[in-house]
Amino acid sequence: MIKVTGLTKDYGLRRAVENLTFTASKGEILGFLGPNGAGKTTTMRILTGYIPPTSGKVEIGGFDIVDKSIEARRLIGYLPETVPLYNDMTVFDYLMFMANLRNIKQAEDRVDEVLEMVHMEERAEGFVGNLSKGMRQRVGLAQAILHKPEVLILDEPTIGLDPAQIIEVRKIIQELGTEHTVLLSTHILSEAQQVCNRLLIINKGHIVAEDTPEQLQSRLTGSKHITLRVRCGAEDMVPVIHDLPGISSVRLMDENTLEFETSVNQDARPDVARAVISSGLDLLEMTQDTMSLEEIFLQLTRDDFPVLPQESVSASTGEELEEKEE
Amino acid sequence: MKNIWYIAKKEYASLFNSPVAYVILLVTFLTLGFFFWIEINYAVQYQQYVPSMSNTFSLLVFPLLFFAVPAITMRSIADENKSGTLELLLTSPVRDWELIIGKWLGCLFFFLFTLMVTLIYPLVLNTMIDKGIDFGLVFSGYLGVILLISAMCGIGVFISSLFNNQIAALFATLGVLILFWIISAPAQLFQGSVTADVLTYLSLTEHYYDTFLTGIIQLKDIIYYLSFTALTLLMANISIDIRRWR
Ligand SMILES: Nc1ncnc2c1ncn2[C@@H]1O[C@H](COP(=O)(O)OP(=O)(O)OP(=O)(O)O)[C@@H](O)[C@H]1O
Ligand SMILES: [Mg+2]
Repeated sequence: MIKVTGLTKDYGLRRAVENLTFTASKGEILGFLGPNGAGKTTTMRILTGYIPPTSGKVEIGGFDIVDKSIEARRLIGYLPETVPLYNDMTVFDYLMFMANLRNIKQAEDRVDEVLEMVHMEERAEGFVGNLSKGMRQRVGLAQAILHKPEVLILDEPTIGLDPAQIIEVRKIIQELGTEHTVLLSTHILSEAQQVCNRLLIINKGHIVAEDTPEQLQSRLTGSKHITLRVRCGAEDMVPVIHDLPGISSVRLMDENTLEFETSVNQDARPDVARAVISSGLDLLEMTQDTMSLEEIFLQLTRDDFPVLPQESVSASTGEELEEKEE
Repeated sequence: MKNIWYIAKKEYASLFNSPVAYVILLVTFLTLGFFFWIEINYAVQYQQYVPSMSNTFSLLVFPLLFFAVPAITMRSIADENKSGTLELLLTSPVRDWELIIGKWLGCLFFFLFTLMVTLIYPLVLNTMIDKGIDFGLVFSGYLGVILLISAMCGIGVFISSLFNNQIAALFATLGVLILFWIISAPAQLFQGSVTADVLTYLSLTEHYYDTFLTGIIQLKDIIYYLSFTALTLLMANISIDIRRWR
C-alpha cells in the first residue's frame, strides 16, 4: 500500500531525510522510531502529500503522491503531530465538516460511530476549544479514521493520553491494522513493540534498522546476560560455571553474586542450576536479560553508530555489538 | 466542487463565532443609519434637496469596507496555517483552488449578508419620498459594491495566505487596499499619457464612483472587478503552492 523509494527532503540547506526506501503492505502496522529531529514527521508529511519530496517517489495504493495527489490522499487518514482542530467548532460539527470533505455517505451515523470508538460521544456538542489535551488527541484520531482509510498515518497518536485511553487507542490501531496499513511514529518503545509488526528505526534522516521487534532484539543482542545468586560460597562456583559449555566471561560481583554471558541460541540455565545444586550450594535466584528495546534504540541511534546500507544492517549490527562488549 | 461549498459554509459560520463579525455589522448599521438620518433631516430643512442613497453608498465603500474587508479576510488562511489545520486541509482530498475559492466565497457571503441588512435604508427612503426613489440607481449601486467587495476579498484572502499571523494579514491587506485606492491620484501628474490611463484603470474605486454610483453599468467595469478577483485568487493559489514547496 505504501511504497517509498529513495526519498530525500531538504529544508533549504538542511537535509531532513535522505534516501529512505521502505514499503508497507496491507494488514501491516509499521512503527516509526527515532530520536527528536530524526525526520519522522517530515517523512509523514511527504507521504500524506502535505509537502513534496526533494527527490524520490512515494506511492500510496499505486497512486503517486505528487502526480495523483487527490486519488492518493483519498486513501489516507492522517493524524498530524500538531492535532489539527478548529477551536470554535463543536466536536460534532468538526467531524461533520471533515466527513463532508471526505465525501462520506450517511455522515452523521459514521460520526456518531467514530465518536463512540474514541469515547467522546458525551462531548459531541461541546466546543473543541474546551477539551483537554488527551480529548483533543482523540478527536484528532476520530477525524483520521472517519473514512475507514486504506492507509492510516499517525504521528505520535498516544501522546497525552491517560493509561486507559492508551490501551483503547492501541486496540483501535491494532483492529484497523488487520485490514488496513498503519504507519505510526512513537517515542514509547514498549508501545512500538506491542503494537507494530515491523519497526523502522531512523536517525538523522537515515534508516538504521528495519525488522520485527523480536528480530531486532535477538539480532542486536550478541549474547544473553545471566545474573546468579547463591547463599554464600559463590567464589567456588566460578571455575565450575566457567567449564560449562557455551558460557563466557564469568565475573564474581560479591560473595553471593555471579554474572556471566551465554550465547543467544542456547539456554544455559538448566545446566547452571544443576551445577549449583550438585556443588551443594543453595540457589537463590537466576535472571536472564535480553537487551531491551530501549537499549537497542540507544545503540542504533548513537552518534558514532555507522549508517549502514539497508541490506547489510542485519549482517553487521550483531558483530558491531560484540566487538563493543569485549 | 461540493468541497467549495463545505469550506465556504464553514468559513461563513465561523465568522459569526468571533466578535469581529458582530462589531462590523453593528458599526456599519449605526454609521450608515446616522448619516441616513442626517440626509433625511437635511432634506426636510431644504425642501428642494432630494435625498438619495448615493452618500450612503460612498460611506459604505470608504471607510467602512476598507476596514471591514481586512478584518474579515485576515484569518481566512493565516489562522488555518497557524493552528495546523492547513495541514489537515491540504492532506485531505481537497484541491488547492477549491480551498481558496471556498475561503473567498465564505467572506463574500458575510458581506452579502451585511448588504442585505443595509437594504432597509433604500426601502425606508422609498416610503418617505412621494414619487418613490430610483431603484435602478439602488440596483447599480449594490451591484457595484458587490463587485468591489469581491475584488477586495480576493486581495484579503491572497494576503492572508502569505502570513501565519492574522494581525499582520490585517494591516498588510489594509495597506494594499489603500494603495489601490490612491493609485489613481498621481494620474494628474501624467495627464493625457498612457501612464495616467493605466493608473486610473488600476484604481479599485475609479470603477465605482463615476459609474455604478451614478447608475451607469458598464461591461468594462464588471470585467475589471471580475478579473481583479480572478487574479488575486490565482495568486493565493500560487502562494499555497509555494508554501508547500518551501
Ligand atoms: N519546516 C521546516 N523548516 C526547516 N527545517 C525543518 C522543518 N521541519 C522540520 N525541519 C527539520 O528537519 C529535521 C527533521 O524534523 P522532523 O520534524 O521530521 O523530526 P521528528 O523525527 O518528527 O522529530 P520529533 O521526534 O521531535 O517529532 C529537524 O532537523 C528539523 O529541524
Ligand atoms: Mg515529529
